[in-house]
Amino acid sequence: MAVIELKNIVHTYRKGKKETEALRGVNLTFTEGCPAALLGPSGCGKTTLLNILSGLLKPTSGQVLFDGKDVTDLSTEERNIGMLFQFPVVYDSMNVFNNLAFPLRNRKVGPAEVKERVREVARLLDLAEVLGSFPRQLTPSQKQLLALGRGIVREDTAVILLDEPMTQIDVHQRWELRRELSKVQGSLNITMIYVTHDQYEALTFAEKVVIMKDGLVVQEGSPEELYGNPKTPFVGYFIGTPGMNILDCRLAKTGLDFKGFKKEITPELRAKIETYGPDFKLGIRPEFVHCGLVQQKGWFPLKVKVVEDRGEFKIVTLTSDAEELKSQVPSDLAAEEGGTVWVNFLEDKMKIYKDDRMIN
Amino acid sequence: MKNKVLVLLLPSLLLMSISAFVPLMTVLNYSLHVLFSGSIPKYIGLENYVNALKDPAFLSSMGKQFLFCLEILLIEIPMGLALALLLPKRGIMIGPILVLLGIPLLIPWNVVGIIWRVFAREDIGALPVIFSKLGFFYNVSKVPAHAWWTIVIMDVWHWTPLVTLLCYAGLQAIPQEFYQAARVDSASKIATFRYITLPKLKYVLIIAVLLRCMDAFKIYDEPFILTAGGPGTSTELLSIFTSRQVIGGFNMGYSSAVSLIYFIVVLLLCYILYTVMTKIGEH
Repeated sequence: MAVIELKNIVHTYRKGKKETEALRGVNLTFTEGCPAALLGPSGCGKTTLLNILSGLLKPTSGQVLFDGKDVTDLSTEERNIGMLFQFPVVYDSMNVFNNLAFPLRNRKVGPAEVKERVREVARLLDLAEVLGSFPRQLTPSQKQLLALGRGIVREDTAVILLDEPMTQIDVHQRWELRRELSKVQGSLNITMIYVTHDQYEALTFAEKVVIMKDGLVVQEGSPEELYGNPKTPFVGYFIGTPGMNILDCRLAKTGLDFKGFKKEITPELRAKIETYGPDFKLGIRPEFVHCGLVQQKGWFPLKVKVVEDRGEFKIVTLTSDAEELKSQVPSDLAAEEGGTVWVNFLEDKMKIYKDDRMIN
Repeated sequence: MKNKVLVLLLPSLLLMSISAFVPLMTVLNYSLHVLFSGSIPKYIGLENYVNALKDPAFLSSMGKQFLFCLEILLIEIPMGLALALLLPKRGIMIGPILVLLGIPLLIPWNVVGIIWRVFAREDIGALPVIFSKLGFFYNVSKVPAHAWWTIVIMDVWHWTPLVTLLCYAGLQAIPQEFYQAARVDSASKIATFRYITLPKLKYVLIIAVLLRCMDAFKIYDEPFILTAGGPGTSTELLSIFTSRQVIGGFNMGYSSAVSLIYFIVVLLLCYILYTVMTKIGEH
């Protein structure tokens, strides 16, 4: 397993005279044995980045390093990687054993070693029982594991790339496959890069999540970091269901003026942000927007537009006619659609952004 | 509800019975009699069938039919597949190429026969001239092998594009991910073909084989126009043999029996085709 480095990767697609910048200078390091995820909306460049990692695509400029060795110009075959696709790619005409042996035989590994390695990998992936079966007899999740097995059967595999591997797996089988993936990752200490647009998958699988948007890395960090400290409003909104509330505001004498309501702030916070100018964006997670039915000091009234009962809690959409925000409230709060509630933001959970950057 | 369905099906069932069932039963009835036109039919049971299966001319034409079928399959299937693999996957050229490939498919059988007949004629044809320039003797009306291979090549020219088009469509349907996975696994070109392309094309190839097989059994125009089954009976395939029994032989009973045997052979092939296709649906 290897350390994977991407240095200033730029990639431009050309179609006739039209140029599309898919990646605009990406710098990333994936450390050995760390499960990582590339997360971003469709068209953010994550698939392009994956193809560059796998060698199916050569970047317009920049370098790809595996353990410090420049592999930018090496083909897929020469890179020693494993790859999982959106649907399980297995060789239908071969049984499970031969599927696992295939990458080894292509590299002219001797039969005795092939047998040993295949058995070892099959045991790890819980496929030992089905070595003689054909792929059509396996479940989608077993097929995906078989595809993973072809990646880890070679001992020198530098990295396993996973391109939305859950797409065709039944929802209730996903957790099983995810657990299996994590088990393999942990026991072999391999570098895995998981590409997805599903935040739940990325956050549950990876220790390091890279958020991409418009061909750039917006933020990288642990799931907790991304959730707790989103560096840009985009990350805040993208991570979490529902995402962070992002509200326009202006610094006034006693607090922040929003569209249709005011929130008082402490002098300390005011001092921190004052120098950046009067206009900001405020980010606050729905669970830190507190609601009550009675007036309290510093709280402000908002109309209730929609109440969604999620069982253990409710998601309430609040409106001031000019601005909308969501709040997560206890399920026993008797908020009614069309009524009014008193609202407060927890000041220490408020994230303040200026020009898409977090300043507090 | 079910009755309504039957009522609605009635016209087509009626039409089918008139066009298929009645003639078939008539032929079956004929085949059990000694019957020359103008004479009184005499019932002889299965004797016509027994005679047919003992008739060396019939057996020889049946043998030739199977040989012809085998030969064109051995040439057309690999060649059609190879052509499909050589075609570009995309680009502006693929449209015109596919149209060009499709042209032979648009030409009726008898016209193909006429084209090649003119081409192969010993007096005015281009083929004998070309062959003699190359130092070979070529004469379809004198040398059985020449006539035979001319018909085989005619069929290859006519129908290989069908195999190519089928395979091409099949190849387009194979997801690129399989080839990417093969590259990840360092598979050689041969291994990629053997373990990805071929298994994924399996059903397309089965259909191509069966379609070509059935058509090969029904070939009539080309050998008939080229040499009318000659020289001698060297290109007298089953269809020509059968029609000759009716047109020249006047033995309606016997030719009916031959027709039915011929029909059963084709039907058997259809049955295989049907079974394979329904199996694909289950898969």
